[in-house]
Amino acid sequence: MFVRGELEKIERKVERGERLTREDGEKLFECGELSWLGALADYVRKKICGDIVYYNVNCHVNLTNICLSRCKFCAFGRDEGNCGSYAMTIDEAVKLVEEASEDPNLSGLHIVSGLHPTWTFEHYLSFVETLHKKFPKLYIKGFTGVEIQHFANISGLSVENVLRRLQAAGLEAIAGGGAEILTDRVRNLLCPKKATAEQWLNVARTAHGLGIKTNASMLYGHIETLAERVEHLIKLRTLQDETGGFQTFICFPFLPKNTALEKEIRQTSMWDDLRTMAISRLILDNFKNIKAYWVMLTVPVAQVALSFGANDIDGTIHRENILHDAGATSPRSLAEDDIIKIIREAGRIPAACDCNFNIMRIIE
Amino acid sequence: MTDLDSAKEKISSGSRLNRAEILALYEDNDLLYLGESARRMKERKTGKQVFYTVNRHINLTNVCSANCPLCAFQCHSGDNRAFTLDLNDVEKILRESAQIKDLSEIHIVSSLHPDKDFDYYVDAVKLVKKILPDVGINAFTPVEIINFAKISGKTVDEILRTLINVGVTSLAGGGAEILSNRVREIICPKKCTADEWLDVMRTAHGLGLRTNASMMFGHIETIEERIDHLLKLRDLQDETGGFVAMMLFPFHPDNTELGKRFNLRRVGSWEDLKMLALSRLVLDNFDHFKAFWVMLTLPIAQLALNFGADDMDGTIGEEKIIHAAGAKNSTGITREKLRAIISEISYTPVERDSFYNKKFSSSQS
Repeated sequence: MFVRGELEKIERKVERGERLTREDGEKLFECGELSWLGALADYVRKKICGDIVYYNVNCHVNLTNICLSRCKFCAFGRDEGNCGSYAMTIDEAVKLVEEASEDPNLSGLHIVSGLHPTWTFEHYLSFVETLHKKFPKLYIKGFTGVEIQHFANISGLSVENVLRRLQAAGLEAIAGGGAEILTDRVRNLLCPKKATAEQWLNVARTAHGLGIKTNASMLYGHIETLAERVEHLIKLRTLQDETGGFQTFICFPFLPKNTALEKEIRQTSMWDDLRTMAISRLILDNFKNIKAYWVMLTVPVAQVALSFGANDIDGTIHRENILHDAGATSPRSLAEDDIIKIIREAGRIPAACDCNFNIMRIIE
Repeated sequence: MTDLDSAKEKISSGSRLNRAEILALYEDNDLLYLGESARRMKERKTGKQVFYTVNRHINLTNVCSANCPLCAFQCHSGDNRAFTLDLNDVEKILRESAQIKDLSEIHIVSSLHPDKDFDYYVDAVKLVKKILPDVGINAFTPVEIINFAKISGKTVDEILRTLINVGVTSLAGGGAEILSNRVREIICPKKCTADEWLDVMRTAHGLGLRTNASMMFGHIETIEERIDHLLKLRDLQDETGGFVAMMLFPFHPDNTELGKRFNLRRVGSWEDLKMLALSRLVLDNFDHFKAFWVMLTLPIAQLALNFGADDMDGTIGEEKIIHAAGAKNSTGITREKLRAIISEISYTPVERDSFYNKKFSSSQS
C-alpha cells in the first residue's frame, strides 16, 4: 500500500510467503499503520483460506465456576460457598443441553469450567460420558490445557492417559483457552497456580500426538509487553511446525471488569484488538484459521475483524457466562441468522462447521 | 477500462467520481481500500485533527403529527411515553447546561407537535439566547422548518429569517433520510418531500445560515437510491457551499413500525464503515464528516476516524431519539474520554464550535 522502509521490507516478505521474525513482529506492533496491517493480513487470509468464514451452532457448558486457581484476570472463578458460586449436577448439564437442542441445527458443545477443588477427574469424565451417550450427534470439544494438566495432577495419571480417557469418553477436540501469555514472568504474576507455559504447550503437543486437535489462544491487554505478545505467538508457531495440530487461534482481549486487575488496567481499544488480530494472522503463517471471538470483541468489531485476517467468528453459544461475569457488553448468544448476515455483509461465505472445522453446511 | 478501474484512478488523482463508478466501488466491497482512500481524503482536508464539541441535546417534545414508520421516538399525545417540555422545563435544562464547562452548542431537535405553534419554538430559542448568550444554537431540521411554515402560514424564507433573528446559528442536518420520494412514501409519508428538504437548505444557505446534512440508510432503500441521495447533496453543495458537515445514520429498527413491517435488522459495522468511507469519497466538496458515536458504538466510531470521519460530534448530555430505537450506548460521554479515544489512534483532538473553529478550552492539555 503506502508504506516505506522497514515496513515495506515486511510487506515484500509477506508477499513472497516468507516467514516473519520476532523483530518483524515487534515492528508491526510499533507501526501504527492499522489499515495497512489489515490489508496485509487480509491478503494472507485470502491466500490461506479463501472466502469461507466458519461458525458453529454450539452451546457453551460451564460445569462449575468454583476454582482453586483464582487467576487475577478472571471474573468467573469463585471460592466454594461464595456468593454466586455453582457446581452443576450431571442432570443439570443434560437439561441445559436439552434446552439448547431445541435448535435443530445445534451441532456441538464447548465445555470449559473452573478447577473445582474437590471434584475428581472421574467426576469431570462422567459429564463427558453422559453427554456423549445422551447426545451422540453432538460433538464435544472441551477442556483447556489448564484443565487437562489439573486432571493429571489430581488423578496421578499422565497427561497422555488423561487425554486417552477423555477421548474414549467422547471428547473430540480440546479448547484453546488457558494459554494466556506463555511466559513464566506473566504467569507468575497473574496465574501462579495453574499450568505453566511449558505444561500448557506440553498438553497441546501430547494431544496432537494422539490425533486430538486443539485450539490456541492469547489473552492480551493486561500486564504483558508487546514483545511478550510476539514471543507468545512464536511459541505457538514453533509447536505448530512440529505437530500441525492447532486448528484455530483466538485473540482474547482482556476484560478487566470485576477482576482483581480492574483498578489498574484499562480495557483494550478496538484499535489494539484489530492490530493484534492482523499481526497474529501474519506471524502465525502455519495456522489455517484465526477466530474473531465476538463475545469479547463485540459483534461490530468482530465483523470488521473479518477484514483484518479472521476467517472464523465462533458460534451461537446459547448462553455465555465466563466473560459476562467480566462485564462483556455483547449479547449472551447470537441467532444463526444473525451470524450469517454478519458474514454475508462482509462479502464472505458462511459455513457451519463442527469442532474440527469439517464443513456441515455452506450457506450459499 | 471498467468503472472500478476508473474509480480507482480518479481516487488516486483526486478527481470526482460519477454514479457508475460509485456503484462499482460499492459492489467491489473492498472495505480496507475504501477506508484507506477515505482516510487520505480526510487528511488532505483536515490533517491529523479530529474535532469534537461540548454540546447538549434538547428534545422539546416527542408528540408528533408525522408518525413516520421509521421512528421509535414519536408518539401520540395520549401515550404514556409522551412528553412536551414547557418553557420552565427548558429553562431548567439550560440553567443546568450553563454549569457545563466550555459548553459550545445547544442542539434542539424535536417532533412535529400537533398543537404547539411556531412561537413555542421561537420562545425556546429566545430562552437559550437569554441564558446562554455565547453558545451556538444548532436547531431544527428542514422537516421542522417546513412544518413551521405550514402551521404559521409563513414562507420558509420568513421562518428562517425569524429564527436567525432570535439566535439560531445553524440548522440541524436530520430529516433527509433518503432523498427519494419513492422511499419517503414508505418510510415517512407525512414528512416534507425530497425537494422541500433541499429547498429549505438552499434557502438557509442563501440567508447565510449554514447547515449539516445527513443520510439514513439500511432500511428499504436500494444502493442506487443511496448514491443518488449523495449526488443530490453534492450538487447542492456545489451550488451553495453551505453544508458544514455530513453524518450518516444507520437505521435502528427496534421499536419501529418500519422495522416490524419489513422485518428489518440493523446493518452491521461493515456497512456502517463502508458507507462512511464511500460517502466521504463521493462528497468531495464537504469538509467534515461525523462519526456519530451514539449510533456507531464508541469502538466503531473510533475506527471510523480511520475511514474518513474527522469529527466525533459531542458530549451530548442526554440523547433520546436514537435510544428509543434501541441504541445501546450510554447517553453522554466526558470530554476527557472523547479526547482519549482520539489521541489513542495518533490523531489530535480539537475542541470546536458549530463551525469547526478551534476553541481553547481551559481543560485542554
